[in-house]
Amino acid sequence: MSETPHDQPVVVIESKRSWAFVDFRELNHYRDLIYFMVWRGIKVAYAQSVGGLAWALVQPAIQILVFTVIFGNLVDIGSDGLPYLLFSTVAIIPWSYMSGTMSAASGSLIGNSAMLGKIYFPRIIYPLTPIIGGLVNFSISLILIVAVMVYYQVTPTKNMLLLPLLIVMMMMVPLAFSLWLSSLAIRYRDVGIVMGYFMRMLMYTAPILYPSSSISEEMRGWYVLNPIVGVIEGFRSALLGASPEMFIRWDSLICSVVVSLLLCITGAVYFRRMERIVVDVI
Amino acid sequence: MTSRTLSVDNISKLYRIGVPQVTSVNSSNPLVRVLTKPFANFRKYRSLYNFSEAELAGETPRDDILWALRDVSFDMDEGDIVGVVGANGAGKSTLLKVISRITPPTKGRLTVRGRVSCLLEVGTGFHGELTGRENIYMSGTILGMRKIEVDAKFDDIVEFSGIGKFVDTPVKRYSSGMSVRLAFAVMAHLEPDLLIVDEVLAVGDVEFQRKCLNQMSEAGDRGRTVMFVSHNMSAVARLCKRGLFMRGGELAQDAPIADVVYSYMTAGGQSSAERVWEDINEAPGDDSVRLHAVKVVGENSMPTGTVDIGHAMGIQITFDVLEPDHQLSPYITMVSDAGIDLFSSADSNRQFESEPREIGRYTTFCWVPAEFLAEGTHYVRVVMRAMNRQMLVFRESDVVAFNVIDERNSGFGTTWWEGKPKGLVRPNLDWTYEYTPPGMIIKG
Repeated sequence: MSETPHDQPVVVIESKRSWAFVDFRELNHYRDLIYFMVWRGIKVAYAQSVGGLAWALVQPAIQILVFTVIFGNLVDIGSDGLPYLLFSTVAIIPWSYMSGTMSAASGSLIGNSAMLGKIYFPRIIYPLTPIIGGLVNFSISLILIVAVMVYYQVTPTKNMLLLPLLIVMMMMVPLAFSLWLSSLAIRYRDVGIVMGYFMRMLMYTAPILYPSSSISEEMRGWYVLNPIVGVIEGFRSALLGASPEMFIRWDSLICSVVVSLLLCITGAVYFRRMERIVVDVI
Repeated sequence: MTSRTLSVDNISKLYRIGVPQVTSVNSSNPLVRVLTKPFANFRKYRSLYNFSEAELAGETPRDDILWALRDVSFDMDEGDIVGVVGANGAGKSTLLKVISRITPPTKGRLTVRGRVSCLLEVGTGFHGELTGRENIYMSGTILGMRKIEVDAKFDDIVEFSGIGKFVDTPVKRYSSGMSVRLAFAVMAHLEPDLLIVDEVLAVGDVEFQRKCLNQMSEAGDRGRTVMFVSHNMSAVARLCKRGLFMRGGELAQDAPIADVVYSYMTAGGQSSAERVWEDINEAPGDDSVRLHAVKVVGENSMPTGTVDIGHAMGIQITFDVLEPDHQLSPYITMVSDAGIDLFSSADSNRQFESEPREIGRYTTFCWVPAEFLAEGTHYVRVVMRAMNRQMLVFRESDVVAFNVIDERNSGFGTTWWEGKPKGLVRPNLDWTYEYTPPGMIIKG
């Protein structure tokens, strides 16, 4: 450390509550911390469990089986001509990621109140941790998608090229919601109470268990406002593009990007404003 | 050239405490109340952090606002080791939290140059399920280190903590002492430009506390700026050159540490170095004799709260004899800050054990020699015996308190193998020698 005093970072702490965006320089300085926080989250989640990371496979598998039995067999809900198991697996895996990380990230400030009061680091790391960490579970559960696709002999198409974009979108949706919800929750605990209903509402207003073709064209303009619709439809087209019903729906994709970007940017600004006072009001 | 590490400019911190309930007229109807309550709650939670201009001006005191800090200003330069003292609730911890960015000031601004490490707690970020190795990385990065810095210091940290072969064992299987040692080892290897330490010395054994102090003292020697909050006056006095005395959220004094320690000890009345009973009816005693004043004085008989170990000091006791024919003899007991009675000393003037005192005011000095008391806070108990009645007229504990410091020994462990002298007193004893040359030693 041969820094001269002039090279050292100077931090000015002021009382004024200015509007600011994420300080990426500071975040970059803490990138090792983000890595260890993510890694701690994963390690602690499976500590002293026999199954370990295998649970990342078993949990979504059980969920898919339950939904397939109920909605695919007992109630024939329709699946655009595809086997229901295939139809639901490619949707439930990204949805599990989004719902799981959204709940964890939204409660991240409240859940870490002890640490918030003892040490400073950019508070956005708290909601970022489960969103990044969830990718490990997601990657493991991709095995299920591959297995089901192999079983039904699905041929991949060039739609697959959309996958990287879809994964980014899949991360942006929970980030967008949790930036708002985690910072609202520190002042209004109502957020925690409403969270369960909110998640179910998001789920039922997206084509996870049913095909989006059952939504009328007049309603579709409203329907696509739920950013999850674009992500789920995107995953189906990317993976099951060989089926004529599964063409890429650009309206929902673009809408999802726009809505989650808007929520992300405004959420980041609101989060930045609230993170300063989080210790005082939590 | 020294450079400014921290400059604090008129910061205030307000908290809203217990916003009063506003009950409207139609709140008598429970149904209306259920419906209107959310709006009231909304306003209440919103107002938690919003203060009006009038409230910020703070000219009229308000019941629902607490000024945790009020117009605090000071600067710190590279290499400064500053002790912050004050009673509970004086704003010490709030000040540290504002400087370490945990919470923002409500008014004012501060500028910090360089990296800040804030140790408000031992083991922040530690998780029982992680191994020692993993926790070192976790805790290190939480405290602001980069992974490569932890890599470079990893072996030193393990060595310092003494956990040895347990480095890959989950910390939940450690003894509490081991995890504290490990947590501290990580902290000790941080190299911040500004180190902020809050009362970590309250945990751990004597050896651990000594390590903490050493580490801070060395940090200061290497040009780091250290800010240290503690109630342990001897530690503060030993470590710091400069002190900040916080009282009621305000910076009451910014001065050399000995003055600040004295101010703190004499503030608040309860355990000051000087105690006077102006109203004779309130004073300890009965109709025969009343205590009037007790003071801690230096060699020059002037009152003081801080005494250097190299100088004699005295306890000055003034009492009023109100009735004749009582054989009155006072004594004092010196009590350590841990509540241990160190010694008692009775009036060496034996005549009053058998002879009555005349009515009037007596002032007596009990002199304690130099090089006798150990460093630390001492309390004095004053007792008055009535020999003729075979009873204690009064027995007042903690009447006065004072602090013994060693100005020659600013660092630690320079002359003592075990870091600092042991024991409750530190007498300067005479050592003599007899020498026998090798050939003259008679065996058997």
